[in-house]
Amino acid sequence: MNSLIRIFAIMKKEFLQLSRDRLTFGMIVGIPLIQLMMFGYAINTDVRNLSAAYVDEADTHLSRQFVADLGASQVINIKQRVASVQELEQLLDAGLISIGIAVPDDFDRRVIERDRQAVQLLVDGTDPIILGVAQQLSALPVRFDTQALPPPSVNLMEVRNFYNPERRTAVNIVPGLVGVILTMTMVLFTAVAIVREKERGNLELLINTPIKTPELMLGKIVPYIIIGLLQLVIIFTAGYYLFKVFIRGSELDVLTVSLVFIAANLSLGLLISTLAQTQFQAMQAAFFVLLPSILLSGFMFPFDGMPVFAQTIAEVLPLTHFNRLIRGIVLRGADIDSMWEDLLALGVFMLVAITLAIARFSKRLD
Amino acid sequence: MVCRCRQILNNMKAANDIVISATGLSRRFGSLVAVNNVDLQIPAGTIYGFLGPNGSGKSTTIRMLCGLLTPSAGSATVMGLDTRKQSEVLKQKIGYMTQRFSLFEDLTVAENLRFISEVYALSRKRRKTRVAQLIEEFNLSKQLKQRTGTLSGGQKQRLALAAAILHDPQILFLDEPTSAVDPKNRRDFWEILFDLAAQGTTILVSTHYMDEAARCHSLAILDQGVKVADGSPKQLGESISLNVFEVVAEDPNKARISLAQQQAISSITQLGVSLRVLIPKDVEGGLQLVTSTLAHAGVHAKVEKVFPDLEDVFVAVTESRPEGIAA
Repeated sequence: MNSLIRIFAIMKKEFLQLSRDRLTFGMIVGIPLIQLMMFGYAINTDVRNLSAAYVDEADTHLSRQFVADLGASQVINIKQRVASVQELEQLLDAGLISIGIAVPDDFDRRVIERDRQAVQLLVDGTDPIILGVAQQLSALPVRFDTQALPPPSVNLMEVRNFYNPERRTAVNIVPGLVGVILTMTMVLFTAVAIVREKERGNLELLINTPIKTPELMLGKIVPYIIIGLLQLVIIFTAGYYLFKVFIRGSELDVLTVSLVFIAANLSLGLLISTLAQTQFQAMQAAFFVLLPSILLSGFMFPFDGMPVFAQTIAEVLPLTHFNRLIRGIVLRGADIDSMWEDLLALGVFMLVAITLAIARFSKRLD
Repeated sequence: MVCRCRQILNNMKAANDIVISATGLSRRFGSLVAVNNVDLQIPAGTIYGFLGPNGSGKSTTIRMLCGLLTPSAGSATVMGLDTRKQSEVLKQKIGYMTQRFSLFEDLTVAENLRFISEVYALSRKRRKTRVAQLIEEFNLSKQLKQRTGTLSGGQKQRLALAAAILHDPQILFLDEPTSAVDPKNRRDFWEILFDLAAQGTTILVSTHYMDEAARCHSLAILDQGVKVADGSPKQLGESISLNVFEVVAEDPNKARISLAQQQAISSITQLGVSLRVLIPKDVEGGLQLVTSTLAHAGVHAKVEKVFPDLEDVFVAVTESRPEGIAA
């Protein structure tokens, strides 16, 4: 009973302080909306309009037709024609183009004889995505219109697009963003929660009262769980109206995995808070967690494509497991039972973090 | 006033037991010895002072007695509870007012007091009456809805004291409670402390003001972590091995310069037109020495032997110690 009174006292205090901290309150609502807009509209892995230049040493009807076809694909945006391959290389070096197209003077003969490659693509391979696009371009068919059509070749494999027939990036981004935003805000808010009181001197008052460490930790976590759920609602509502991303699976499953994920992040934040001496240190530590979470969790790049070493690190991050769960439920309509291992991993992470935080926190100043 | 003193005396007689005791209490921070081998015996119902300059170990000692810092050596019991092992039980029974204002500056006066009453888990009814009572007693009713960050120094101090005594602690630790307030507020504050002591609360207060130390029933003088003297202000005055002479001279500067030549004089302090001259008791004819020195220098002055005040005691006990004991 006394425990409950004390936990509620801390919770009420946190809410009061939060409601008076306008900047933080603004971030709670602002961060999800702005990030959703930014990632949803700006990030697009469908590549279009790569700047290109070409040299056409053949200058025949066929070669001109070929270059025009490439331009019509919209994948590249042909900016200029140059006189030599050397000039193409110079443009690449200067970073003015991403792709250079070199059409040799015996282009027509090469197309007819089909014994050698007819065209060379000079690609800025520093960005692997551009390299991938160039490989797609190389599949573009070229032939004389007058020639009889060869029997239509049948591809060995057929691609069927499940869950995202329109190939929209936003479909993948919105649920992924839930995890990124929750990691960012939840870890950060709680990471500074105890350090701030240390800096302001409130902690010396608190630790001299009969409050117990678990009571203090719980009282600090619960208000932020509610805030995390609020953010969840904001992201899915905006995701539905702006990007037509809706939850295929059950809402209850979304709520369950989100709750565990929020609690895991808050526990991690509290642990950071007990380790850091200043708010600045706490923020640095929060970003130390955030960056690998964004890069390794499968939010940015497909998880299976990463090296084993990176995958091992990623398995420790809560966001990796949450991404699998939330994408499964939201995009594929998967059942939570089929992904119990990820949910368990989140639960274990939370328990370990909160236990360490409670053990680390001392009601003494030494 | 008379009535209150008798009440305090009665309390002291009734509860003549020791509520705070420490033996060999020490605390090191790396190579720095902040508190060195301090012994304390503080009876219930008294106002006990810690007098010392900044860095003398007052705050560290108080924190060890509250159970906030673990002693490096020695031990302390407060109300019979070991501060190392039983600090959590102790916390419900003691109040602690930190040197720096430590309530929440973004909460109002009422919210802060309500928070404290809940953290100490007072009963719902008691919470209400106690908060209302303290707001009334400490004259904070006009600031109820004001955020504490915007309060004046005196108001902050009253609020902090109200928060520290909200759960009716039997022992109250005050760490330099009056360092940020004006003399009027300081006097009012001490009135409250005397009231609390009269009701049986034991108060341990640290200060670097001599006049405040003089109000304590008894006190310890701390210097570089070492307790160099203790007792009531009167006992302390009697205990020092120095005689104090007050010199009122027409030209105090000239008097000071001439007296400074005398090897036997251990300290001269100028207070406006008068000088306080400290001479060891074992020097024969101190009064003679001062008057003749002044006469020789041609300074007209009135010389009088006076009872040592706390400042004299402080100078005597801190200067007579060989350097480096605490280091």
